[in-house]
Amino acid sequence: MSMIQFDNVSKTYDDSSVALQDVSFSIEPAEFVSIVGHSGAGKTTLLKLLLAEEYPTEGAVLLGDQNINELARRDISDMRRRIGMIFQDFRLLPNKTAFENIAFAMEAAGKHDDEIESDVPYALELVGLADKAWKFPHQMSGGEKQRLAIARAIVNQPDVLVADEPTGNLDPLNTFEVVQILKKINDLGTTVLLTTHNKGVIDSLGKRVITMEKGRIVRDDAEGRYVM
Amino acid sequence: MFWINTKRILKAGFVNFWRNGFVSFAAVLIMLVTLFTLGSVVFLRAMLDTSLQELQAKVDVNVYFLTDAPEEDILTLKKSLETLPEVALVEYVTREQALAEFEERHADDQIILNALSELPDNPLGAVFNIKAREPSQYGTISDFLESAAALGAGQRVIIQEVNYFDNKNVIEKLSEIINSAETLGFAISIVLIVLSLIITFNTIRLAIYTAREEISVMRLVGAGSWYVRGPFVVEGIMYGVVAGVISLIIFYPLTIWLGPFTSRFFGAINIFDYYADNFGQIFLIIMGAGIVLGAVSSFMAVRRYLKA
Repeated sequence: MSMIQFDNVSKTYDDSSVALQDVSFSIEPAEFVSIVGHSGAGKTTLLKLLLAEEYPTEGAVLLGDQNINELARRDISDMRRRIGMIFQDFRLLPNKTAFENIAFAMEAAGKHDDEIESDVPYALELVGLADKAWKFPHQMSGGEKQRLAIARAIVNQPDVLVADEPTGNLDPLNTFEVVQILKKINDLGTTVLLTTHNKGVIDSLGKRVITMEKGRIVRDDAEGRYVM
Repeated sequence: MFWINTKRILKAGFVNFWRNGFVSFAAVLIMLVTLFTLGSVVFLRAMLDTSLQELQAKVDVNVYFLTDAPEEDILTLKKSLETLPEVALVEYVTREQALAEFEERHADDQIILNALSELPDNPLGAVFNIKAREPSQYGTISDFLESAAALGAGQRVIIQEVNYFDNKNVIEKLSEIINSAETLGFAISIVLIVLSLIITFNTIRLAIYTAREEISVMRLVGAGSWYVRGPFVVEGIMYGVVAGVISLIIFYPLTIWLGPFTSRFFGAINIFDYYADNFGQIFLIIMGAGIVLGAVSSFMAVRRYLKA
């Protein structure tokens, strides 16, 4: 069974602009897949469909054996806990410390306090932020914020880690660090879905690459390079 | 699970209240104005009510009897007056009491006292002071007295004068003023309270507007509606509690300071005594209003951003 499956998915927005057109692909467990394409190629729409932030006009999106678009509202938060998300703009909770940001994701998932006490330091350790546990996001650098976001995304051991342009705001050194962490997470068995503009990142990964253009998939290479 | 969540929501609410110091300060300040207005309205109505009661208590109808009216006729009339449903109280002042009161009132005026002692007999007649249950009922009572006086005419006239007709205009005017003062006071209270409710509601909405990004992040991390909403509602309740406590504290020196003034202006009541006597009730009104207002405003404000 595939981890993620898009079946003939089309998405048309209300103003009749077409964001996705007949997109089909599947991602196996523990795969590392990058999606590349120009702005407006449909990468973001694709991720939004996966998180049930948007619904497809046609077709179906499956996570495991679950059709995401048929979930009741109250089941969506359960589904989202199976997906860890990181973003270009980090989206941390500004009034919470690094520790609390990670703990919040665990609390939301209903984890017990002793689990939180033991897992949060481990997640911070994994992204190299053990000494920043009591810093607030505004006291951290861009790279540190993104690593914190990764720690929060993986602490509940999600099936999939979705990274939407995670290096867009970072310098080359921090970009390298973040990509290394993503690889490490993938090696530990988590499916990773990455969207990016960064040629260097894609070429250094040497993993599967899906190339999108104007809402369609134009290439799907098992050991892809950045071709535009 | 329920208790763990409740504990976490409470804790998050407290922590957010503290960390969002400036926003909390602004919200508490606005809430303080609202609760202070509410408290002032409570006090004002109490003042108005008691002073109106005082005024009403001062209104009565006096019946002056002839000096030679026999006491048994007077007592018969008193009995039949007391059977009227409109009559609250009939105070009978005998001729001797009337004289004693007169002498007391003019104790400093030797000329009048001398003139009084020159007279062969007590010149004062007995008096009834009649109080009605409602100011509007004095008309009925005086009608009854008129017919009683007419009745008495067959045998003997005992009533010299009923002063209702002199007081009639004053009494009617007073009834009108009392009624319209109550209506006006009520209308003003409603307007003030509604205005401050709207302002508080919008302030809290604005406070939560600044956190809308946070709300969407919480949703993305997989937090359920109540887990996102809870801490904001707790924060709203905190605004109410803090503002309520502050306004209750402010009322303390304020009522002490205003006490002597109010007891002079409104008659018997001292605003500080009123505050002290009714503290439990005022505490419940102000704290209750603060808590409900904070909780409901936060609840409604977060709902907007939860839809995404």
